[in-house]
Amino acid sequence: MNRALAFLTRRRGGAGWHWTDIVAWVWLIAGTVLMFGPAVWLVGSSFKTPAQLAEFPPTILPYVNQQTAVEGHDKPLTLYTATLPDGTRKVLAEIRRVGIVSQMVDPENPGEIVRVNIADRKPVREIGFALNNYVEPLEKNDFLLYLRNSVFVTVMATLITLLTNSMAAFALSKYQFRGREVVMLLIVGTLMVPLSVVLVPLYSVVNAVGLFDSLWGVILPTVATPTGVFLLRQYMLTIPDELLEAARMDHASEWQIYWRIILPLTAPALAVLAIFSVVWRWNDFLWPLVVLSRKELYTLQVGLNTYAGELNVQWHFILAMTVVTMIPVVLVFVFLLWFITTGIAGSGLK
Amino acid sequence: MTALATTRQRIGAVIAAPVKLLASLANAPLSYLQRKTGTSGMAAFFLFPNMAIFGVFVLVPLVMNFLYSATSGSAFFLADRTYVGAEQYRRLLDCVNYLDPSTCREDLFWKAVRNTGLFVVLQVTMMTFVSMVTALILNREIVARGFWRAVFFFPVLLSPVVVGLIWRWILQREGLLNYVIYQFGGVPHEWLTDRFWAFSAAIGVSVWAHMGFYTLILLAGLQAIPRDLYEAAEMDGTKPSRVFWRITLPMLMPNLLVVIVLSLIRAVQIFDEVYVLTGGGPGTSTLYLTQYVYEVGFASLLRNPGLAAAASILMGLVLVVLTLVQLQLGRRNEAKGARE
Repeated sequence: MNRALAFLTRRRGGAGWHWTDIVAWVWLIAGTVLMFGPAVWLVGSSFKTPAQLAEFPPTILPYVNQQTAVEGHDKPLTLYTATLPDGTRKVLAEIRRVGIVSQMVDPENPGEIVRVNIADRKPVREIGFALNNYVEPLEKNDFLLYLRNSVFVTVMATLITLLTNSMAAFALSKYQFRGREVVMLLIVGTLMVPLSVVLVPLYSVVNAVGLFDSLWGVILPTVATPTGVFLLRQYMLTIPDELLEAARMDHASEWQIYWRIILPLTAPALAVLAIFSVVWRWNDFLWPLVVLSRKELYTLQVGLNTYAGELNVQWHFILAMTVVTMIPVVLVFVFLLWFITTGIAGSGLK
Repeated sequence: MTALATTRQRIGAVIAAPVKLLASLANAPLSYLQRKTGTSGMAAFFLFPNMAIFGVFVLVPLVMNFLYSATSGSAFFLADRTYVGAEQYRRLLDCVNYLDPSTCREDLFWKAVRNTGLFVVLQVTMMTFVSMVTALILNREIVARGFWRAVFFFPVLLSPVVVGLIWRWILQREGLLNYVIYQFGGVPHEWLTDRFWAFSAAIGVSVWAHMGFYTLILLAGLQAIPRDLYEAAEMDGTKPSRVFWRITLPMLMPNLLVVIVLSLIRAVQIFDEVYVLTGGGPGTSTLYLTQYVYEVGFASLLRNPGLAAAASILMGLVLVVLTLVQLQLGRRNEAKGARE
């Protein structure tokens, strides 16, 4: 324990403590609570029943009142720890409540009714997961459909982004042709035109090409990312042209050069773009909201917003589905963490 | 380590197999194309898919936006709309007193402009400050630096809808925040139905969600500052505060400017997380420009795509100016990097 403490408080410089060290640690720990806390609170709450959610004071872990079947009663009875008049404490099951008096029985001895003031009893609690929060929306409320739509959009958009962006980046980095600068300028220029600026005309274009209210209408407008082309082009510029010349001497076609030489060498940048693209497309909200009108085509984000916007918000379902929506992103996060700690990403970035 | 590497290779090989097959099947027709058109034709071929999608879904809408803003009516097809010239802009800009939205013909637009302006100023200030402090702390010699860095980056990956819902859940009347306040003897509050607190929550939540990104940019800048500068200052016995103002801040300036401009660009377009958090309410207190465009263009019964297009062009102008500033900064940084 002491050694652990010494390890935690040790400073690399070996010097003593300064007030800024304390500020730094307070900031880091408060930051951790603030950054992870809401997500942890969400996950814990997502396993609670509506009754538990309304409970005050709230608990992080989902607790349920323990119940037991007692002879002579059809329904399972709730267990309480009751303090009896003589001061002993006993686990009893409640039959009914009349005013402030609770009628209870010992589960071992169901014949004898004990009367206890309700102030003298406390429910016996255990951790219980309300898995129904997850099962019901997925089965009954189309959320499985939304999940499928989201996965389809994310996977397709990412594959198309990787293919088209890498092809364009290859052309823009390894060929000399007239108008190359113009194309680059156009691509850079559109960094200025986010989707929210061209919402109205984009809607009508998507309508005109017959993609309104379809998942492809969500996918296609997002795939020609200027960021992706840019990133890949910068990376491809570092590949020596001699490699290409050597391949051409060996009668490789341009297409073979692209997929046998350029693509494998660009793998790290492609991986970065793939991660970006997955997170972007999974998280997209405004565009799917505009272009999808049939409920069965909704993505998770749009579906979640629709359900949360209802007058009578069913938080127990919303929280569970929010957790489902978080899963891929958390996987990406863990992957990045693993990537950073194994030091693969560290080599090129310093 | 080697086991890890081979596993990764194997996974890669499995994923790559179908791709390789498709690519080799494509080779024959593409070699034919290359013989017919030459190498320059292949350049066009490689460029085509991206540029076609780009043209249809980015360039065409960009041009059409101006046409929309010059027409009126509720129809979406341009042919069904009537040309009105600059009428939509006149309508947007028709104000008796620009400081008081209620004297404007499009009072909602001006409320959105005012809200967005206030939001941008406050949010960017707070964002810059918080990510600066965090970056400075993460740059210190601390145990488990990689872990702390990841901690602050985590919310960046969350979707705006998830961010909005998490905080709506925490800030609601029976939410966690009120419970904590109650525990410490305070008075619970209706955070999201109070104009002031809803606006503050919008700022706080968006800072929470994006600060990790800007922290990383600043951290990269801090790590690029040469160590010997600090060592020299230490030899001279310079006070830490002076080291910060005279070495750290000037050396970090390029990254700091990038952070400010990037967060400005993002803040002007704020929509998703606030829309989920407050829906623009209470009243119009968190109604921002993008939501105005969305509601006038699509959601409201009296939809007016022309007006929405005109408003989005005005917003776009601001973004163009900001982006040009950003590109200029980037170029200057690059030039500086080349000199060094």
